Amino acid sequence: MIFARVASEVIDPAEVLARVGSDRDGATLLFLGVVRDHADDRPVSGMRYDAYEEMAGEVLSKIAAEAAERLGTDRVAVVHRFGELAIGEVSVAIAVSSPHREEAYEASRYVIEQLKERLPVWKKEHYVDGVSEWVEGNVPPGTASGAEPAAVGTGGDA
Amino acid sequence: MSVPVHTLFFAAYRDRLGLSELTVELAQGATVADLVAELRGRGSPFDILPEQPAVAVNRTYAMLDEPLGAGDEVAFIPPVAGG
Repeated sequence: MIFARVASEVIDPAEVLARVGSDRDGATLLFLGVVRDHADDRPVSGMRYDAYEEMAGEVLSKIAAEAAERLGTDRVAVVHRFGELAIGEVSVAIAVSSPHREEAYEASRYVIEQLKERLPVWKKEHYVDGVSEWVEGNVPPGTASGAEPAAVGTGGDA
Repeated sequence: MSVPVHTLFFAAYRDRLGLSELTVELAQGATVADLVAELRGRGSPFDILPEQPAVAVNRTYAMLDEPLGAGDEVAFIPPVAGG
């Protein structure tokens, strides 16, 4: 089952992992994005994630479905968090499983790279020196200042 | 007859404008470009919006020539930074 969710609740990696895997799968991967304590050389004390919640849920579902198409299975689960996060907290969890490792690595990578390009989510770094700044981001494809939408998935120009 | 559209501002745009949403009345047949021109024409603080912003209309990314109808939701999308 493909699962995608954008929510403010704390992410439980085990719960995301439990959504994938089957007797047919020899490879299961869990990727966690975690808030780190620095940006380049600047110490960071925490991070605020904002989301266009309704749209982000839809976009994340689309990305998960595209990843599943590449994976050749329907075992894709991804959860992205928003709100105030402390150092070490999980901002995104991606679990995939497939019969062989190659497709699993590819699908997991696809989800994280695509959500960085397209998911309407923003992050503001809180620095230890007391300043907070929005992190420089990507202009989504299909918008005025973005690139043309890329052909995605293995099914052609969907 | 004017067409009301519901605009949303996120992240840096929301911070700099000091508001998260606004209903704007546009002329019949207006596009996203007309909405951008109407807002930027108000001057400060709306002139912080780019001339060619990324937007989503009804939760789908859209170009500036996208036509708008009554009740449409137009979100101004600063460069995104998930993950």
